[in-house]
Amino acid sequence: MAMSTYREALRQAMDEEMERDDAVFLMGEEVAEYNGAYKVSQGLLDKYGPRRIIDSPISEEGFAGIGIGAAMVGLRPIIEFMTYSFSLVAFDQLVNNAANVRYMSGGQFTVPIVFRGNSGIAGALGATHSHRPEALYAHIPGLTVMMPATPADAKGMLKAAIRSDDPVIFIEHENLLGEKGEVPDDVDYLVPIGKADVKRTGSDVTIITYSRSLVTSLQAAEQLAAEGIECEVIDLRTIRPLDLDTILESVVKTHRAVIVEENWPYCGVGAGVADRIYHKVFDELDAPIKRVTSLDVPVPYAKSLERLVIPSVEKVVAQVKDVCYRS
Amino acid sequence: MSQTSTEAPPIVSRNTAVGWLRQMLQIRRFEERSAKLYQEQKIGGFCHLYSGQEAVAVGSIGVLREDDYVITAYRDHGHALARGMDPKLGMAEMLGKSAGCSRGKGGSMHFFDAEKGFLGGHAIVGSHIPLAAGVAFASKYRGQDNVCICFFGDGAMDQGSLHETFNMASLWKLPVIYVVENNLMSMGTHLHRHSWTTDLTIRGGTAYGMPGVLVDGNDIEEMARITREACLRARAGEGPTFIEAKTYRFRGHSMSDPMKYRSKEEAEKAKERDPIVLYESLLKERGWIDEQALEDLHEKIKVEIEEAIEFAENAPEPTADELYQDVSVATHIPQES
Repeated sequence: MAMSTYREALRQAMDEEMERDDAVFLMGEEVAEYNGAYKVSQGLLDKYGPRRIIDSPISEEGFAGIGIGAAMVGLRPIIEFMTYSFSLVAFDQLVNNAANVRYMSGGQFTVPIVFRGNSGIAGALGATHSHRPEALYAHIPGLTVMMPATPADAKGMLKAAIRSDDPVIFIEHENLLGEKGEVPDDVDYLVPIGKADVKRTGSDVTIITYSRSLVTSLQAAEQLAAEGIECEVIDLRTIRPLDLDTILESVVKTHRAVIVEENWPYCGVGAGVADRIYHKVFDELDAPIKRVTSLDVPVPYAKSLERLVIPSVEKVVAQVKDVCYRS
Repeated sequence: MSQTSTEAPPIVSRNTAVGWLRQMLQIRRFEERSAKLYQEQKIGGFCHLYSGQEAVAVGSIGVLREDDYVITAYRDHGHALARGMDPKLGMAEMLGKSAGCSRGKGGSMHFFDAEKGFLGGHAIVGSHIPLAAGVAFASKYRGQDNVCICFFGDGAMDQGSLHETFNMASLWKLPVIYVVENNLMSMGTHLHRHSWTTDLTIRGGTAYGMPGVLVDGNDIEEMARITREACLRARAGEGPTFIEAKTYRFRGHSMSDPMKYRSKEEAEKAKERDPIVLYESLLKERGWIDEQALEDLHEKIKVEIEEAIEFAENAPEPTADELYQDVSVATHIPQES
């Protein structure tokens, strides 16, 4: 174990998997000579050379598709979107090709590819650069969607994604890149796909969250503990497939649930999670499920407005108190 | 009546030539019978027939190696058969049977055959063009000299995916061969109404620094000759080639197309240059096939396609448990409740 940032953990994951398997390569905008727009790939060009660390033109649809083609014949590409907002330009490739090729070919072709990059409402970037596209991709059968919230998970989840034989939508958060934490240095440290993680145990309320909202939720839990409310905080980690067992086990214990996400409210991840809780364990609930989401507007530029859009500690605290019928 | 080039010595052996004719006849028969099955509502969805364009697929795929790759758009039956797919598997796919080439999950527009290096059957216009470059990228990455050939219609010339990919294919000298089958129609919109120039070699070749070669797509041996040159170039690491094959589809864009956008005269005139008739004449002229052998060949193909239809009709329907198969390599966990 060593202390690393989330950014370094992502780099370690790619480095170790590239070292392990020559079929793994990294392609994207500014990943090579610029050392990554967010410095995630820093130093990898020096180590692996231009054959495996490849700067692409600004052609997301094109290079996403090139990655898929290469994966269909057995390479294991990591395609970096400078930010996941730009994946919208490649939406057809991800949804029609990456997700469907295996099914449409009756299992003859597989697409072992990772599309990775950061996302989120990261600070005065405006509507076009602040997307949280996880709900769009989690909607699609054939795709795996992963969103790490801690440095250790960033490493173990990315390594698992690279080793997966299926297409993985791997969404990081820009504001987490500098977060520090203990990161295992075992080269086979893998976080299994489809497994949520209980990041804090508690008996009164279950908070279900992922990505940057985990940080917000843990802060809220800390504050609530001081007021005598013990929250259990579940980090989904994989958005699709959802680890419903871990969620239900906790809700059956606490009888209360609050879902916190940076996504928009309508048709978002939280809507799907709440639907499943209601249908599976309705009788266990002592209060209606509450959701904290970003507000239902395009993301504004002005920091004073942007602050209002994002789930805050205060909003989480308020909703937890609400499901506990406390004020 | 033959307008096929006869001056140069033949670039193929008699056996290969007769094999190519056989493949063109097979495709034509497969398509014409498919049309009938579509009208009988045994084939569903969208069905795009290749009749009239056979020489493009057969001539170009005919010069590939076994370890090369073929990828195409939704008008894909011809390319699959030219690559050697068993017509039984193709027909079973059309009828939605699990014995089909895509286990009944793909249909007419999504034929696949991994064993033959046939990577589909892609139905979003232009969407497979980057995939072809990716396949070629993998060959180069591994230091191999196999190539990928990619077919699409003139309508795909207007998609961004094509232009993004052509730039990268040329920039990285990828061993890929792009063949636009210019049948003059982007669905129902004539070339002069959807492209600023009717010379597609400018838009696909010149613009991206790769050779842009115009070829009569109804002349099978010319198609083969040009493709062979492109293969040599790709295998030598010299990068992609863009081939504009001029041709004409005898039928509508799809089976549901009433073809009101073109005159009967235009279609009839095009049939005078039917690539199959042209090649039959040429082979007869060379003394490589006679009337009797030709008749036998037609009859054989007829029987083969009827057998394929019989196979497809008798094949069992897919079972409900197949619905969840092949979504992913890892066990698919349906997010249903």
